[in-house]
Amino acid sequence: MLEKFPKKIGYEDPLEIRLSELEALLLSDYRISKRALSILLLQEDREMMEMVKGREKENSPRIFEIIAAAQQHYHQPLSYIISQCRQREASRIAAKVMSFEPQRTATFKERLSKIMMNPVIGAPILLAVLYYGLYKFVGGFGAGILVDFLENKVFDGYVNPFMIRLVDSVIPFKLLRELLTGQYGIVTMGIRYAVGIILPIVATFFFAFAVVEDTGYLPRLAMLIDRLFKKIGLSGRAVIPLVLGFGCSTMATMVTRTLPSKRERIIATLLLALAVPCSAQMGVILALLGDKPMGLVVWLGIIMAVFLFVGFLAAKIMPGELPSFYMEIPPLRFPQLSNVLRKTASRLKWYFLEIFPLFILASIFIWIGQITRLFYFSVRILEYPARWIGLPKESAVAFLFGFFRRDYGAAGLYDLKKVGLLTGNQLVVACITLTLFLPCIAQLLMNIKERGMRMGAAISVFVLFFSFSIGYVVNIILTLANVHL
Amino acid sequence: MLSEGAEEILEALWVKIEEQGNKPIELAANRDNPAIEELIRLGLIRVDRDHIYLLEKGRSQALGCVRRHRLAERLMVDILDVKKKNINEVSCKFEHLLHKGLEDNVCTLLGHPKVCPHGKPIPRGKCCLGKKYKIPLKFVASLGELDAGDKGVIAYLQSKDKNQMQKLISIGALPGISITLLQKFPSYVFQIGQSQFAIDRELAESIYVRLIK
Repeated sequence: MLEKFPKKIGYEDPLEIRLSELEALLLSDYRISKRALSILLLQEDREMMEMVKGREKENSPRIFEIIAAAQQHYHQPLSYIISQCRQREASRIAAKVMSFEPQRTATFKERLSKIMMNPVIGAPILLAVLYYGLYKFVGGFGAGILVDFLENKVFDGYVNPFMIRLVDSVIPFKLLRELLTGQYGIVTMGIRYAVGIILPIVATFFFAFAVVEDTGYLPRLAMLIDRLFKKIGLSGRAVIPLVLGFGCSTMATMVTRTLPSKRERIIATLLLALAVPCSAQMGVILALLGDKPMGLVVWLGIIMAVFLFVGFLAAKIMPGELPSFYMEIPPLRFPQLSNVLRKTASRLKWYFLEIFPLFILASIFIWIGQITRLFYFSVRILEYPARWIGLPKESAVAFLFGFFRRDYGAAGLYDLKKVGLLTGNQLVVACITLTLFLPCIAQLLMNIKERGMRMGAAISVFVLFFSFSIGYVVNIILTLANVHL
Repeated sequence: MLSEGAEEILEALWVKIEEQGNKPIELAANRDNPAIEELIRLGLIRVDRDHIYLLEKGRSQALGCVRRHRLAERLMVDILDVKKKNINEVSCKFEHLLHKGLEDNVCTLLGHPKVCPHGKPIPRGKCCLGKKYKIPLKFVASLGELDAGDKGVIAYLQSKDKNQMQKLISIGALPGISITLLQKFPSYVFQIGQSQFAIDRELAESIYVRLIK
């Protein structure tokens, strides 16, 4: 195969000499040409160095001497020198066959791209994207129309009654029936929740996200926000998982895998758990504070302040390499429907494989919690922090259930609001605490899965205490300032 | 003003002591060098039976010599395009002319480079320490100092951090490539070939560009 392409790049003499020395010393069969392997060795390719160390028992000291000698010869890393040689060769070849048209006037797309990267005009564009993409499409269409159809019509109308009848007639044990089709059963709660509520929300979100992604807007947003993100220990790149967090924080926590350093992954996970409300949470907040615009403003202000403050502190405290930002800005493109659909489908599949089981697990937890009366005690314990932040003790149920089943928690608060048990201040405090509080058990499990038992648990415990502390502080400030929202 | 020979000795002393960590240098070959006499008289060095030592008073002088030598090399490579094998020879002569503020002008002209073409550090001068360098003439500057719309060719990359360098290599920002700075706030956006990239300030300061009108 290699004989067909006898041409090779000529490197500088000092490199060529070392290369031929190395080639002569490499005796095992590595399945790639010895020259290619030698070049990788000079560039300090870890994997190859390990392999050679293992296989060339006798020659390996000599091999590493030669590599060190080659590095001594240059004052810059060899990967830099080698890339330069390749670059020169590539330019030489390209110059023979390629020519570029002289400057033409900027196209519409180029002008639009410039506008998108303008820090002043960029902000309203971002707001427009958020309003139409997130609020109208995901919030209105996904969380409104689709959820209503799937949950109320399909599940409550057909699936649940059918499954309940089926299970009742087949399984004689009450406990087992409870597990499958009880109030918090795997089918009646776990699957219904995952398919009837979360699926339409994340599906519309992934669709909107894929559209935005395919236009090439995200790198431009990353580039606009990098300076701000550096202050909270992240680079512009982190904008992708964080925006995804507005859809489903659990999914977004998984996507933090794409961040380059462990430090960034931990900070992003913490911020996602604490201060990025997922679409289900935002739905709840809007329902509760919809008729109190001032309350909504206070809520938004506090959440943003917490986001920046905690990020800033985390960046100060966390050790490790500082983030650096580099990203290609692709040309703007009109998204293709087929691509967008394919992407949405593959993410949904991923979502189902990774997150769906967590909802089933949640049902099992609740089932155990109810049998052992652990739930009852947890509610009693949660009544204390609820009272500390100035809420009636009835709201403790909403916090606990909200953790397992967001709509239940919301409904709980909503009922309290309707009965008139909650004042405006209490509503705002409840919303702030609920937002900062872990969004759901799936995210708790994902934190542990992605960040490891210790870090995942530490983040979750911190979030638990911090959310109530902020609720406590806000309540006191509102009371002392004699503000009635 | 010091003689050329005296400057060469100071330079060698500084490199030995500051960069190689060795103590003094051997007197042997320099025993009858009149420059030694000159340096002793000025109180810059001290000599015992067979070694030369740099005195505190000679340190700043020696540092200046090294700085001028490496700036001269940079000038030869970046601006005057001197052939690689002649760099040392020409620079050695040229460095002795860089006195009386000329050295700071050359430094400014070159965009306050941090390393010589061989990758050794160039000691910082007064001109490098000001927050904003006012540059009347600017031929080589780091991308971080350019204005939006400036065009040039990448002269070299310089970063202490190997990973940073690797990132720039991976996006193809290599010496010899044409580059245009499109935007510098809030991040640096530049074009190389048919592609655009956004980078942060630290990375932008690692790319040195030879400007083209």
